[in-house]
Amino acid sequence: MSRKINSRPDIVFPIVGFLAFLMVISFLFTLIINLFIDGIEKIKDTSFYTSFPSRFPDQAGILSGWVGTLLVMAGAIFWSLLIGIPAGIYLEEYATKRGFIGKIETIIELNINNLAAVPAIIYGLLALGIFVYRFKFGESILTAGLTLSILMLPVIVVNTREAIRRIPRDIREGAYAVGATKWDTVRDHILPYSFGGILTGLIIAASRAIGETAPLITIGALTFIAFLPPSPFTSDFPFISLDKVWEVFMSPFTVLPIQIFNWVSRPQAAFQVNAAAAGFILLILTVLMNAIAYYLRQKVRRKYIW
Amino acid sequence: MSYQKLLGVFLAVIGIFSLMSIAYGQPIIKIDGSSTVFPITEGVAEEFQKAKKGAVKVTVGISGTGGGFKKFCRGETDISNASRPILKKEMDACKEAGIKYIEIPVAYDALSVFVNVKNNWIKNDCITVEQLKKMWEPEAQGKITKWNQIDPSWPDKPLRLAGPGADSGTFDYFTEAVMGKAKSSRGDYVASEDDNVIMNAVIRDLGGLGYVGLTYVIENKGKVKPLAVLNPKTGKCVMPTEKTVMDGTYNPLSRPLFIYVNEKSAKEKPEVKEFVEFYLKNASKITKQVGGVPLPTKAYEMALERFKKMQTGTVFGGEPEVGLTVEELLKRETKH
Repeated sequence: MSRKINSRPDIVFPIVGFLAFLMVISFLFTLIINLFIDGIEKIKDTSFYTSFPSRFPDQAGILSGWVGTLLVMAGAIFWSLLIGIPAGIYLEEYATKRGFIGKIETIIELNINNLAAVPAIIYGLLALGIFVYRFKFGESILTAGLTLSILMLPVIVVNTREAIRRIPRDIREGAYAVGATKWDTVRDHILPYSFGGILTGLIIAASRAIGETAPLITIGALTFIAFLPPSPFTSDFPFISLDKVWEVFMSPFTVLPIQIFNWVSRPQAAFQVNAAAAGFILLILTVLMNAIAYYLRQKVRRKYIW
Repeated sequence: MSYQKLLGVFLAVIGIFSLMSIAYGQPIIKIDGSSTVFPITEGVAEEFQKAKKGAVKVTVGISGTGGGFKKFCRGETDISNASRPILKKEMDACKEAGIKYIEIPVAYDALSVFVNVKNNWIKNDCITVEQLKKMWEPEAQGKITKWNQIDPSWPDKPLRLAGPGADSGTFDYFTEAVMGKAKSSRGDYVASEDDNVIMNAVIRDLGGLGYVGLTYVIENKGKVKPLAVLNPKTGKCVMPTEKTVMDGTYNPLSRPLFIYVNEKSAKEKPEVKEFVEFYLKNASKITKQVGGVPLPTKAYEMALERFKKMQTGTVFGGEPEVGLTVEELLKRETKH
């Protein structure tokens, strides 16, 4: 009896699995190819990348859009890592889960997972109240970066913890055995070893955040803006002016998804070409970002094998 | 990562930053509000920045008419785009914050009701507001499903409707003009924020009827059959065209669009004053370029005069009104 079952060729699941995989890939490729074909005229036109928005579809470009997206994402990644990694390390390594503080920790822990499911616009409203009105950061790149970073935080914290949990217990015990303090262990072992996992979290979080429109419109991202933030670099030593860096942070901005949203809602068919091209560029930016993170992660993985 | 690679990344970053070498600390004109008015204001802002050779910066957002007024009445913007007049509660908010404004009509927005090109049963392709009301009112939900329920001379064919969703300014205006109450509409129709979807629903369906902004119908000529609307004042059937919208005979499905200018900005910031004057001088040309319907030349002159006199307040009492010509509006006394 059991012989008979086992003699059945083991191919059913691989076929189902392969079909499922094919479906996922074909969705993605249809989307990319579709955008590429619709937008090819603009994608190969270099002035598209160096022009500001315009009412004439053939003159309109995405300069303010892609610069804004890059600056906002840089901010969002910086803030979310700055807050997310220590939070993850604390919950995994330091949290005692005992007594009154322990109760608070448990509540926070439960809620971090829930936070990932909150609609993005709610974060936008929160940011409008806190960053724009309370802290008076205005409708700026700084506010946008902070807003997207709250959006990314839950995913980063969860992934940081997962990555830390994968590190074998022996490594910590080995470190303590030679007299390392907890902080020494975290700094020299936990952090470097979990870096790959943290980057995975970052990829997932940033890929979601880069396409967000709703929270940024809520905090006052613009649609038409025909100038860029000032350059923080000067010709004299030390070649960078802190005042101007601050100016960059406080600049008004737009991002690619908003530009796309605006073009899609225009009646003229020529704007649809622009929207497709900009959509394609946004995809490329996402892929590029992921590629960098993937490269870094592979480097780390190869370095630490136990 | 090797040092060459790091250097490469560093140079790339510097490259990006040095692209942003446009000077800062220049005057900025902040504009926000309706996405319907956006294309016109964007066009004017684009030309204005070109004319000033980048000495003045202009930013335009699309928070919607209501969202725009919220910012405007907090004094955060210099100009607010609006696809309807300011409402009572917004007037109060502005008054409380001590913000006075000048109301300036800049262009027309018109709706077009259309049916399938093969639809041949509507006499003279002309529909009345009462018939539209019968089709679209909330009471019709689930009950009015056939064309002959509206008019017995029409065939016993299923009536399927398509139109903008409830978040759209076009929806607000249609319901206001047809049902007499904004946002009052049946819910069982193909609702979309994408005009293309609405139009496709009617292209595919012989018994379909939909409405979107007139610009969209003109841009996609021949795909659907736009209907004339009986003007309740004159009793004549009027086709929606640029001409009939401009002379005010296509009524009540056309409305003026406005910008509201902060009086303090206009007085204290010379660039804002210059921008508004530039706006009114170029609005006609730019509105046409973005596919909108401009006001008559006379109306722009009257509006410019009102702006130069810094006549603040609104000619509407905080209540939406339908079917006024722009000249009538500009002749009215403003209220605060």
